Order: sequence, then structure tokens, then C-alpha cells
Amino acid sequence: MVELAIDNKISRTSVEDPLAPPCMTPGAMAGSKPFVAAPEHNIKLGFPGELPDDWKEKAIARMGYLAETNRAFKVYLDTCMKCGACTDKCHYYMGSGDPKNMPVARQDLLRGVYRRYFTFAGKYFPKLVGAVDLTKEVLDDWYSYYHQCSECRRCAVFCPIGIDTAEITMAARDILDHVGVGQKYSNEIIGKVMDVGNNLGLNAKALKATMEDLEEDIEDETGVAVRIPVDEKGADILLITPSADFFAEPHIDGLIGYAKVFHEAGVSWTVSSYASEAANFGMFIGSEENMAVLCKRIQKAAKDLGVKRIIFGECGHAWRVAYNFLNTLGGPFDFLDQNYPIPQHILEFTWGELQKGTLNIDKSRNDEYRLTYHDSCNVARASRMGDEPGGQFEIPRNVLKAVTNNYFEMPEGTTKEQTLCCGGGGGLLTDDLMDIRKKGASPRMHALKQVEEDHGVTHMVAICAICKTQFAKMMPEFGFERDSILSVHQLVSNALIMEGQVDEDDEDDDDMDDVPAVSGAPATGGSL
Amino acid sequence: MAYELDGATIEADEEGYITDLGAWTPELAGLIAKDENIEMDDERWEVVNFLRDYYEEYQIAPAVRVLIKAVKKSMGKEKGNNKYLYTLFPYGPAKQACKIAGLPKPTGCV
Repeated sequence: MVELAIDNKISRTSVEDPLAPPCMTPGAMAGSKPFVAAPEHNIKLGFPGELPDDWKEKAIARMGYLAETNRAFKVYLDTCMKCGACTDKCHYYMGSGDPKNMPVARQDLLRGVYRRYFTFAGKYFPKLVGAVDLTKEVLDDWYSYYHQCSECRRCAVFCPIGIDTAEITMAARDILDHVGVGQKYSNEIIGKVMDVGNNLGLNAKALKATMEDLEEDIEDETGVAVRIPVDEKGADILLITPSADFFAEPHIDGLIGYAKVFHEAGVSWTVSSYASEAANFGMFIGSEENMAVLCKRIQKAAKDLGVKRIIFGECGHAWRVAYNFLNTLGGPFDFLDQNYPIPQHILEFTWGELQKGTLNIDKSRNDEYRLTYHDSCNVARASRMGDEPGGQFEIPRNVLKAVTNNYFEMPEGTTKEQTLCCGGGGGLLTDDLMDIRKKGASPRMHALKQVEEDHGVTHMVAICAICKTQFAKMMPEFGFERDSILSVHQLVSNALIMEGQVDEDDEDDDDMDDVPAVSGAPATGGSL
Repeated sequence: MAYELDGATIEADEEGYITDLGAWTPELAGLIAKDENIEMDDERWEVVNFLRDYYEEYQIAPAVRVLIKAVKKSMGKEKGNNKYLYTLFPYGPAKQACKIAGLPKPTGCV
């Protein structure tokens, strides 16, 4: 019987089980460390520039402060019973086999130190309770392994007592920042938002020029003058979207989709050059203070422009921050129209328009695609959409199914609340972490292989800028085309026939035959 | 890290992006490209020059779409796509070409 079962499994599919536990390899990822932030990047965020002489006292003091002021953090540190339910649930453990990437073990890097300095047993009988002295080696281990967690919370779904590893990672990074050991990628970027308004450093002049260029493209391709307004006072809606939407593929195809939907819905909208960023890396580094600074920029932009509503574009952690913290850290928003959700997700808006019937959709314009949907971790496990529980799973799928004909789900256990992270979230989307990014992406890539084999799926769709960039980079590593990751609103854009639209192909002569009509155009795809 | 060129030392960050943008010269571009295993030719120079011109006007690298459009205009539509740009700069047209052009690395979720 056992043999038969094994045979069946092998003959059923040649694809690797996406959730297969790895071969354990202690120390496999010990050398993985992102670049350390320069002193000026740390200081700008209110942290010491470099490791001070009394770093140990400072680190312990910060840990004590967090345990005192954040009850959840203290409970998480106190209550783990080592049941092991989380051990094989982390995509970085599945991909790397390094036992310190088992969520419980990664947490214990911090928990051991907490026990040593903040519990009775740890103070007097450290060895009996796994309490550990804080040394430079321990600090280095924190820096390494707390940058091998994307704060995606998949492990938390399986924890019987609800310990949220993401909170522990955030606390660890916060402590590291408080002793001058910040991560270059996140801290430099937060500083850029403070200076310029977005992660890219895209100034108002460049933003306006890029959007004007995009308006011309849309008009050339469809014959319809769709606007992408920047800093337009008195517009009804302020769109807060990741700056990747202004810059990279396939993100920008999603932005074109939002613009077309707003156009057809007949609403006035604008982006802001002051708050031209949805992403809030303050969350990644666990810094409430920095998260609040970025949230407040959105409030200021909304006030200055006199808008009535705020809508967020396709960005995973931005929605996590917006949904949970925009009102408390960036509010009050009593000056907005209270009849609409504050904030609202672009997918809620588009789904609403689809239900109202304001959008003229021809699904067959997406028939070249066979699609599956990757639930972005931050949307799936840290937020909601719409009025119903599970709306964050159903609304994106409803929209996709309303604009395409060929939709397939990835294997159970890899979607919705159990979705696998893309491998680049939580501040890990940086070239210096490419190895762990690839290892972290592998479970999702194997799940995609499974639907490719079972259903002939050609493209995966996501609603997060980080997911899109990470997958564009990872696809070729796993035998897929770089451009097989798409934006949801790119597919909306393809299927939407606007009033007065004349497809480019209809007018063009023969030599443009190999250029697809824009409304049905595939992504030219790929990250930078 | 740093580049050594004709006895001069040109400082760069951990990933090889030069830190003083004014220190860039075409010779340095050739050296950075060599480090990246890229042989500069006319088409690659066109991309690099376009990036530098755009940066001079806007103090930021152009969106990939803008770059593609420019390439399409000058090299023809069969080359005006992301795939072709990846054949010129295998690590990604913007990041790798920016490095060679002596511009800062595009940061964020890109």
C-alpha cells in the first residue's frame, strides 16, 4: 500500500511539492546579511549613526521598553511552548533548510536574550531556560536572521496560540536601529520619501513629465484622452500608489488600468507629488515613529489638494499600513467624505464599478492568458477589503474573473490565508539579499509550476509592487518568462473598452501587425 | 569599493555605483562595464547617453517605458522592447545601465 501511494504521487506530477519540508542544513544562511545603513541614513530616521560603546545597555533598554509598552510583544516572548507547528511553514526555511529560519528558532534569537534580562528564571538559572547573554555575536545573528523574515505572518496562521513572528522581527529590527545597526535598503528609502516624496526619488518635474508621456501613450493606443493628473487641486480622489507604478513594468500597466477605470467611472482624481508613495518602509523596520511621519504626508497632501477620498493602488504592505494605521498614525481624516471607506483600495473601487456596470468589458481580449492569482501576504493576512470577511481574497478574484476567461487556483495550502510570500517582502527586495530572495521564492514558484502543468497556466497576477518586482526577477530563475507576472489592473485595462476607443491596430498599416493592440497588449514586462 | 583608472581612484558604493557623479568619464564607463562583463558597443552607448541626458534634465533615471520608447525611436521597433534591453544589459536595463552611466541606483520596489 505504501509503495502504491508513493508511485501514485510520482506519476501524478513531476513537479516538486511546493510545501515539501527541506533537507535541514544548519548554518546554511549564516552568511546572509544585507548592507548596513550609512550613519547619515540612520541619523535622519532618529537613530544613532553607528554602534555606540554602550550598545548592549541600549539594546536591552530598548527591548525592555518594547516589552513594557507593547503587551503583544511581551506575550509573544513569554508564551511560546515549542510545539513545533510553525517550523516548516516559513518559505525561507523551506527554501534554505537553515534551522534558524524555522520561525520558532528565529524568534528564539530574541527570546533567549529577553529571558536572560527580563525573567526571574533567566536571571538566576539561565542555562535551565535557554536564556542567552547579549553579545556581539548574538547581535550579528539578529541582523542576519531578522533580515531573512519578510514579516508575512504565514507561520502565525499555524501557531495555536497566535504568536505573530512579524511583530518579533519588527521589534528586533527596531532594537537594531536603536543601536545604530540599520539596514541600508530600508533606511535609505525612508529618508528618500522624507526628502522627495517617494522611494524612487522621483521629483515633481520628472513625475509630471512621466505621467504626461503616459497620457500620450494611452491616447495614441486607444484614441481616448485619459488623464493622469498630478497635484490637481479640487479633485475628488487622491490616489496613493507605489512609486514603482510610475516607473517599472508590469506595475505601470496597472497604473494605466487605474486611470482608465477612473476615466470610465467619470470621477476626478489626482496623484500628489508630495505623497507620491504608498509604500511605508517604516513598518518593515518596526518604527512607529517613522511610519507615522510617512502617514502624515498623506494627510497633508489630502488637505492641501482638498480631496474628498483617498484610494490606494496595488501595493501589499502599503495596504497593510493604510488599513490598520492610516487613521491612527496619519489622521484625523474628518475632512474627507465619510460616506466612503477611509482609505479605500483600488480593487474595491473597480469591483464596485464592475458591479454597477459602468465598465464595458470584453473578456476575450485577455484570452491569450491562462491565469492564476498570487495572494500578496500583507493583503491576505494583515488587512481586509470590502464589507465581508475574506473580501481581501474574493474581491481581487472577482475582478480577475470579471475581466478574463481562463482563471485557475494554485494548490490548496498556498493561497488565501495560507499564501506563500513572494520572497522579497518586508524590506528584503534588495540585490544584496538575492540568495535568500531566490530561496524564499521557491515554494511559490513550485506552486506555479504545478498549475502550469495541471492547467497550462501562462501568467501569474499580483496586487503588490514588491511581489511584481520580485517575481519578474525570479521567474527566469525557475524556468518562466520574465514577463509572466502581471498587474490585476493591467488585465482590467486590456479588457476595458472605453467610450470612443479605437484600438491602435484598427488604424495601423501592416508593418505594425506585430505590435499588439494596446487594450489587449501583453506586458512587455520585467523589473529593472 | 572603488575603481582605479589611470592612477586615479574613483569611489563607489558596495554595489559599484560611483558616489561622486561628477567623476564619471566615458573611460570609467568602459571600466565599470568590463566589471559587469559587458562589452560596450554603439547601441549600449546610445542607452547610456540617453540615461545621462535624461538625468541631466530630471535628476532621476527615466521610467523603463520612457527608455523603451527612446530606444524604439532610434533603433527601430524590433529593438524597442524590454527583452532586447535585457540582451544589452542582462542584469536589467535600468540598474545595470545606470551603474555604467554613473547614475545613482534606482531604489524602492523596482
